[in-house]
Amino acid sequence: MASRQIPVHISQQFDNELNDLRAKVLAMGGLVEDHLTRALSALGNSDSEAAEYVATNDYKVNALEVEIDEECTRILLRRQPAAGDLRLVLAVSKTITDLERIGDEVEKVGRMALELTTSESPKSYYVGILSMGNHVKRMLHEVLDAFARMDSQAAFHVAKQDPEVDEENNAIMRQLITYMMEDPRSISQVLNAVLAVRAFERIGDHANNIGEYIIYFVEGKDVRHTSLEDIEQELKLSSKN
Amino acid sequence: MSEPQEKVLPMSEPLENEPLATDAPAPVDFGGRDVCLTVADLDLFYSEKQALNGVNMSIPEKMVTAFIGPSGCGKSTLLRCFNRMNDLIDGVTINGSIYLHDEDIYDREVNVANLRRRIGMVFQKPNPFPKSIYENVAYGLRIQGIKNRRVLDTAVERSLRAAALWDEVKDRIHESALSLSGGQQQRLVIARAIAIEPEVLLLDEPASALDPISTLKIEELIYELKQDYTIVIVTHNMQQATRVSDYTAFMYLGDLIEFGDTNKIFTNPDKKQTEDYITGRYG
Repeated sequence: MASRQIPVHISQQFDNELNDLRAKVLAMGGLVEDHLTRALSALGNSDSEAAEYVATNDYKVNALEVEIDEECTRILLRRQPAAGDLRLVLAVSKTITDLERIGDEVEKVGRMALELTTSESPKSYYVGILSMGNHVKRMLHEVLDAFARMDSQAAFHVAKQDPEVDEENNAIMRQLITYMMEDPRSISQVLNAVLAVRAFERIGDHANNIGEYIIYFVEGKDVRHTSLEDIEQELKLSSKN
Repeated sequence: MSEPQEKVLPMSEPLENEPLATDAPAPVDFGGRDVCLTVADLDLFYSEKQALNGVNMSIPEKMVTAFIGPSGCGKSTLLRCFNRMNDLIDGVTINGSIYLHDEDIYDREVNVANLRRRIGMVFQKPNPFPKSIYENVAYGLRIQGIKNRRVLDTAVERSLRAAALWDEVKDRIHESALSLSGGQQQRLVIARAIAIEPEVLLLDEPASALDPISTLKIEELIYELKQDYTIVIVTHNMQQATRVSDYTAFMYLGDLIEFGDTNKIFTNPDKKQTEDYITGRYG
């Protein structure tokens, strides 16, 4: 099994610090996921309250990023971690950067939603956007789950979905361009939608990155800028060992 | 004594004893460097207690190789095998071979004094002779019969410079070596070891009795010395191993568990035992 069991350290305190670190990353991930859920609800249900909440609460995500980053620095300084411990701290440090960026993208979606909900025009193209948004939300959920279980196979499953999101992105973009050509008066509104789609696409990329950090932590292999086939090969090799 | 030991020291067992395929570690890539020391199927017993179990490894030339492992794992024992210091301990039996380049150092023909000239050693506690700084460094050369003052002066200065001690002692070179601080004494002992231009330097926890600044000086010195010497170091300080060594060997209970590139060992070791030890998970 590709998930990772961690036996205890001689230093109980070090164990507590690492467990605390992981718990905080999951808390930060949970917060970002909650914001994304609200942003999707704002888009789908024209819920301006949810949109407002998302547009104004990103500071909580940022504060957690700073706090976790300080914790990583403290552990590097005091524990000089090696091997799996070192990879964990490095993976956490990178993961929270991507989580923070997801937070920023969600905040953007919140602002778009706020503007879209106040306009009156037809929103038939929302269905595609919402479906894409739900897809990246699932990816985020799965990658956080993979982080909690330190499961490199689950992380790889997230990475495999990135091309699908890119395809959805292209399809919706074509659709939105058609709308703009058909009715130039809708351009300003559809542009907002374009930005939301773009934000979802980026969220998919960040979830994919986090998946790669998990694979780095669990397998000790840096799989950034590596094709899906090569990653799969690496994971097969290491599961044999 | 239950049964007589098969073989007694000194041993010269040619490589005909082929290593067990299951125990043989994967060969380490030294990036094209020559191998300096080769350990082949080395067993060592203190009376009946086995301290090394069939160790096989190669040590690359002009690189720093570190041995790490918990107390009693055999790392100092293995280090002492390289210049036959274990010959001096009663009841030691050694099977297998160690080659310095192509020469079996446990061959009957080998002159041990000569071997120790080629493979120098520095211990945990600095052990200068109760003589002047100058005489400490010149000692090995005098033993070799060199009397020419100018040759000695040159060698002493060169060795003290190489050991990064010259600037601190050049004005009091004829004072007693015992007046130096611990860190200076340790560098003096290293200067004494390199005065006779050995090929290999064995360092048995050379910095563990020193303060942090002296430790850093020794580590800096190790980095400088590997330009000219093959260095093998035993250390309890894993951070020190990561700082000074190119290759690291992890030993446990007399077995060589894992040997490889230091970066690899400390970021992604192959063996769980290695990982548990270097991350502080050993119970």
